[in-house]
Amino acid sequence: MKILDLWNEAAAGLLARPVRSALTALGTVLGIATLVITLGTAATAGNQIVGRFDELTATSVTVDVPGDDRPLVGWDDVREVTRLRGVTSAAAVAEAKESANISVRANELVDPSRMTELTLTVVASSPGLPEAVKGRMLQGRYFDAGHLARGDRVVVLGERAAQLLGVTRLDRAPAVFIGTHAYTVIGVLGDLRREKSLGSAVLLPPTIGQRFGLREVTRVLINTSIGAADLIAKQAPLALSPSNAAMLQVTAPQSPTRARDGVENDVNALFLILGLVSLVVGAVGIANVTLVTVMERVTEIGLRRALGAARRHVAAQFLLESSLTGLTGGVVGASVGVVAIVVICAVKQWTPVLDVRLAVAAPIAGALVGLLAGLYPALRAARMEPVDALR
Amino acid sequence: MPEAVIELTGLTKEFPADPPVLGLSQVSLRVGAADYVAVVGPSGSGKSTLLNVLGLLDRPTSGSYLLDGIETTSMPDSARTRLRGSRIGFVFQSFHLLAHRSVVENVMLAEVYGGRDRKNRRTRALEQLDRVGLSHRVNFPPERLSGGERQRAAIARALLGEPSLLLCDEPTGALDSKNTETVLALFDDLCAQGLTIVVITHENEVSGRAQRRLRITDGVLSEDP
Repeated sequence: MKILDLWNEAAAGLLARPVRSALTALGTVLGIATLVITLGTAATAGNQIVGRFDELTATSVTVDVPGDDRPLVGWDDVREVTRLRGVTSAAAVAEAKESANISVRANELVDPSRMTELTLTVVASSPGLPEAVKGRMLQGRYFDAGHLARGDRVVVLGERAAQLLGVTRLDRAPAVFIGTHAYTVIGVLGDLRREKSLGSAVLLPPTIGQRFGLREVTRVLINTSIGAADLIAKQAPLALSPSNAAMLQVTAPQSPTRARDGVENDVNALFLILGLVSLVVGAVGIANVTLVTVMERVTEIGLRRALGAARRHVAAQFLLESSLTGLTGGVVGASVGVVAIVVICAVKQWTPVLDVRLAVAAPIAGALVGLLAGLYPALRAARMEPVDALR
Repeated sequence: MPEAVIELTGLTKEFPADPPVLGLSQVSLRVGAADYVAVVGPSGSGKSTLLNVLGLLDRPTSGSYLLDGIETTSMPDSARTRLRGSRIGFVFQSFHLLAHRSVVENVMLAEVYGGRDRKNRRTRALEQLDRVGLSHRVNFPPERLSGGERQRAAIARALLGEPSLLLCDEPTGALDSKNTETVLALFDDLCAQGLTIVVITHENEVSGRAQRRLRITDGVLSEDP
């Protein structure tokens, strides 16, 4: 028997009862669709959960610069980091023990009746700090390269520091006194999502910071796009200090893969069972209907045997019919599953994540289910004696 | 003496029971090429058992059966199947046409298992349909044919592959007299063309058309004068 003949006979056998074949395949459709939806939703949800909860930490890289006789990282070196692909913003800061508790006043006069003198942290930073700490300027502006070049005596207050010092408006160019010197407040930085402690600090340009012992960069704050943190964590030290990269300590977020895998595993464990149960139900359905079909087609089997069909030909035809039923169920089920995932993601505004291998594996799984389900009925058909089948 | 298509010697068929039921008892028979033989007998006499053994659908318990000179009783199942597919054509009382296939597709089914070239299968099937006078019903589904036409389609299927033996089990049992006559006339033609035909029947009209009548009673075969 030629393969093409076998194919034709099996296809004709299925198409002879199209409604029944479709209903038989429905079990596999449901099983495969459940599996695809389960796996796809788990991957999508896992990615989404990780994305939602860990976006901040997953994109934050911090490089700690240890103190040394000579500066390991210069203030301008942060520009090298911003050139790296995947870096969205970066800023260098300088903090020191001696600058942690500095007396800051909002006016020149010392008024014993008012608490205008505070002990605040003074931090020097490069101009890109608002972006690096994911904050925004509530008022005014942050200092820029021009301020640094001119050595302007300007400061930016953290939101909390501004409240404490009573600086509410900048239109009259208020000044704060750090030690004995006055500095013009040009902006108030707030809504910090990273390094929230800077909200109660006084932020200085590096040129001014030197006066308070803030000469050397102690930390570099880097933000990356999602997924780039690992790579940037490796590249940043080399970009900042090629000759002393090993001395820099990088704090990068843990790979989100583990968290995502965890979520996937939790969801998968629950729903995979559901999908497999559906698939088993589908297989039992195919086996059942194929067996009934065999019983209904006893005379046809007898005729085929009379026409010269060997037992293996009869078995192969029924196996192919059940496999094709399973394959059809797999293809339709996989399609339904993919569409369902896309619809779920569209409603939830998620990004669908689906392993492309699933699109190939699902129909194969369906065919395999059909093949296994057809084994017993096919054997029953093959074992029939032609003389009994024709009786 | 021309070579026999069928040669049975001391053929016995017992069905397992307690005691065993005798289907055929020491049957010996020689049927030559282009013979037209009718086997008659009452129900349960062993007609169908004889047909099943002749058609290699069932094995005898003992004895010898040579088909076209080939000993078949000791053959493995697969070889018997191949021999059946290549040398024997079957015509059944209830036609056994596949309802969801057209007439020509039903005829072509006879070559699916023979391993013959697919290329001209349809042409060969059309030739057989023409031979039985069904050229005008090629693409019809079987349910739109009359009883006689269905049986002729079944005969065309049996003829595809050029068998040396046509075994017919009550071929006119489901036909009216007009269609019976058409089918019997076709058998006459086929026999005249050299085909060996064995017909199992209980109808005198059918057995009367055969060249030779055999009677089977309680499994014992004898010539019917």
